[in-house]
Amino acid sequence: MTEEKKKSLFDRIWDVFASVKLAIIIFALIAMTSVVGTVIEQQAEPEKNIQVLVKMFGVSHDTAHSILGVLDSLGFTNMYHSWWFLAFLLLFAANLIICSLERLPRIWKLVQEKIRPVPAPYLEKMSIKHAFAIPGKASGLKDTVAAALRSGGFKPAEAAEAAAVQLYAEKGNYSRLGVYITHLSILIILAGAIIGIFFGFNAFLNLPEGETTSVAYKDRGIEVPLGFEMRCDNFEVEFYPNSEMPKAYKSWLTVLKNGQEVMKKAIVVNDPLTYQGITFYQSSYGMVPNSAGRGVLILRAVSKEGKSEQLNLKFGTTFTIPGTTVTGTIRDFSPALSFDQGGNPFTYSDQMTNPAIYVEFADKGTRSFSGWILKRFPRTWDLPDGNRVEFLDYWGVQYTGMQVRKDPGVVIVYLGCIIMAVGLYMTFFMSHRRVWVSLTEEKGSVKVLIGASANRNRASLERKIEKMVSVISAGHKGGK
Amino acid sequence: MNSSVFFGLATIAYIFAMILYISYLAFRKSTVGIVATTLTIAGFVSQTFAILLRWAEFKEIGGMGWLRAVPLTNLYESLIFFVWCLILAYLIIEFKYRNRSFGAFITPVAALALAFIDISGMSKNIQPLVPALQSNWLLAHVMMSFISYALFAVSFSTGLMYLIVRSEERTEGSYIFWTVTLGIFVVVLAAMGLDYLTFKMAVKSQEEFIKGYLFRATFRNESAAISLVSVAVSAAFIFLVWRYGGILKKIISSFNISADTLDDLTYKSIAIGFPIFTLGGLIFGAIWADQAWGKYWTWDPKETWSLITWFFYAFYLHSRLMRGWKGRKVAAVAVLGFVAVIFTYLGVNLLLSGLHSYGSQ
Ligand code: HEM
Repeated sequence: MTEEKKKSLFDRIWDVFASVKLAIIIFALIAMTSVVGTVIEQQAEPEKNIQVLVKMFGVSHDTAHSILGVLDSLGFTNMYHSWWFLAFLLLFAANLIICSLERLPRIWKLVQEKIRPVPAPYLEKMSIKHAFAIPGKASGLKDTVAAALRSGGFKPAEAAEAAAVQLYAEKGNYSRLGVYITHLSILIILAGAIIGIFFGFNAFLNLPEGETTSVAYKDRGIEVPLGFEMRCDNFEVEFYPNSEMPKAYKSWLTVLKNGQEVMKKAIVVNDPLTYQGITFYQSSYGMVPNSAGRGVLILRAVSKEGKSEQLNLKFGTTFTIPGTTVTGTIRDFSPALSFDQGGNPFTYSDQMTNPAIYVEFADKGTRSFSGWILKRFPRTWDLPDGNRVEFLDYWGVQYTGMQVRKDPGVVIVYLGCIIMAVGLYMTFFMSHRRVWVSLTEEKGSVKVLIGASANRNRASLERKIEKMVSVISAGHKGGK
Repeated sequence: MNSSVFFGLATIAYIFAMILYISYLAFRKSTVGIVATTLTIAGFVSQTFAILLRWAEFKEIGGMGWLRAVPLTNLYESLIFFVWCLILAYLIIEFKYRNRSFGAFITPVAALALAFIDISGMSKNIQPLVPALQSNWLLAHVMMSFISYALFAVSFSTGLMYLIVRSEERTEGSYIFWTVTLGIFVVVLAAMGLDYLTFKMAVKSQEEFIKGYLFRATFRNESAAISLVSVAVSAAFIFLVWRYGGILKKIISSFNISADTLDDLTYKSIAIGFPIFTLGGLIFGAIWADQAWGKYWTWDPKETWSLITWFFYAFYLHSRLMRGWKGRKVAAVAVLGFVAVIFTYLGVNLLLSGLHSYGSQ
């Protein structure tokens, strides 16, 4: 009691932070508040969360409104950035650091201590032990035992006393540090996250085909200079055959520095482009407003005889199929063409999900036929007169939406992840194993006494020792 | 041959194995036990074959490499894989500990999971991968998550059994805890079964089912009388489990498994599951998100629930180190941990998506 009283305030606080009990309390606190954070949608329109509350608790709209008001003032609507959540994380880190500082020196000393021979009576009390006698001499048996230990992965040392020899070895001594490596890795990951928050940025960029920019945009339209220029050469959505299911969103990008092309890459979701620490992720796409008539149509006209020519055309222009007198005029465009039950065409979306052009054909000036040519349906490319018009692309009307990120902390986070994997492996899949074999000569036979211990996964060491015992007995018989 | 034939065979094998394992418990006839094991192995082989077939079908349809065509992209496929891992873990335990008694606890979980697939009417079609899922991390991430979920499921069963064996009095906290937990588990499953029987015809998709029909046949019924009766029946059932829980204890005690073995099994499955979950579930998930969206952590509900689960099991590992926490308290943490797992896996997609529009993306 008196001991307790003498402790200074600092010591008492230190003790609190050095306890696993506090860790458990913090785990519970973070877990429970996080649950609330998954139910209340974060950084959302208030109306959304009011609906959630109404659905969950069956309260009236007004009550839900005031509940949300309370939650909002407590920070629950943007909880992972609230001061108290950050405080939990800080407590967590402090607890982890102090707890480790408190224990590490002792563990370090233990780990440094090398295994030593022990008196035979101790071996009798070990959790794994074997005792048996083999006729012969200790000196002859010693090599058999050493070989058995070596084949089990141990490097035995030797100590001799009067009529006895002891071989002893240990393995996985440092695995006891696994827990601390795991804990350290958590701190490294937290540090990486903090570096990312302070020295990185998250921005987006909607870049129309053919355009170049030197900035990206953060929330509320704040410009972030890139330090180089980025051009979108082309954007395309690929679909699975005969399906509305998108297979890939692909942007062809070019990085320019001082007007020089320095890098070219086609990015898709899951395969971003990184230049000078800034990474561009494919994230969305769309039509540039009021651009429908202003892009460039890329067609390939192929005549019956197989003559072909690639054409870059403006809306409303007329082209000729090479080697023929047939001409076509582009009269209409739809980004997403469909037909209703009466067979009348209509546009079902303002995105380029099914681009189509309406072309009027004429032969020597007289109108011959007209119809829709769809980019995604090559059967519409064959004309009734045997010629062919392939619709390759409509360029310059779409933009690619990219997430732009700079995060110097990511490497540190990844490093922390690797260290965590190593630490967890050491903690759970390795163990500190010790084994002693004492050989005592007694009236023409050798008394073999084996003792072993493991701090984890004892059963597997037990099996290993059993195998060694049979190898020792068998090996000895063979050697006679 | 179609993969669904072999999935069907596996389901039937597991259901019969479940019946046999339970009768083995009751009658202790070793032939019954051997047949149960044989059936489980047959079901497992058939299921393995079915997964490989589906993998090949998927590769064909998606037109991509083997690594990308892992059949683990929707709820249906992931549940199948979960059951596969669970049965594998069980078979390993059966052969290692030479004890069949766990079968009566594991096979029902497998059979129920497969039945849940049919009950919820979830889509079994092979869908080509949307761009966000076309990542080599998908294989490692999803597979390792499910292996750890299966290990956590084992720790749940053994933890619950530990509590059953170690509780003496009906008024004890641990006794009340296990009877109520088990009671709620059974009640929820039964209520979902009733939903299925009642609304089978009306349902088109799994999501619609969960959002619109979950517990509609019982607790959320339009008629107040029926929902009251449901609550009353559930309460009565939980009371019965509480009143007659001793019987279950007798059965489990007759297994010749010591409480220490159960505790050890609970710890071991978590000690293997936890690193696998950390690496596969959290770290690989974060790397994938980083590559796909440029953010390794966004606090979205699925990520957050994985973190909650992780904290729960860290809680478990540390609480074993606390003075006075050995035994029942720790086992209760293991049991609750699995509730977090179920929520991470099913609840986030099915329930929170009813509140937000998360699942539809
Ligand atoms: C507030 C933060 C934490 C504190 C203060 C803390 C403290 C401790 C302590 C004192 C030990 C016992 C070490 C020993 O046996 O010598 C331990 C073990 C361990 N800790 Fe933590 N820890 C914290 C957070 C975490 C987290 C987040 C993880 C998640 C990976 C973790 C993973 C482990 C593991 C795996 C063990 C070994 C458990 C076992 O042997 O069963 N710790 N921790």
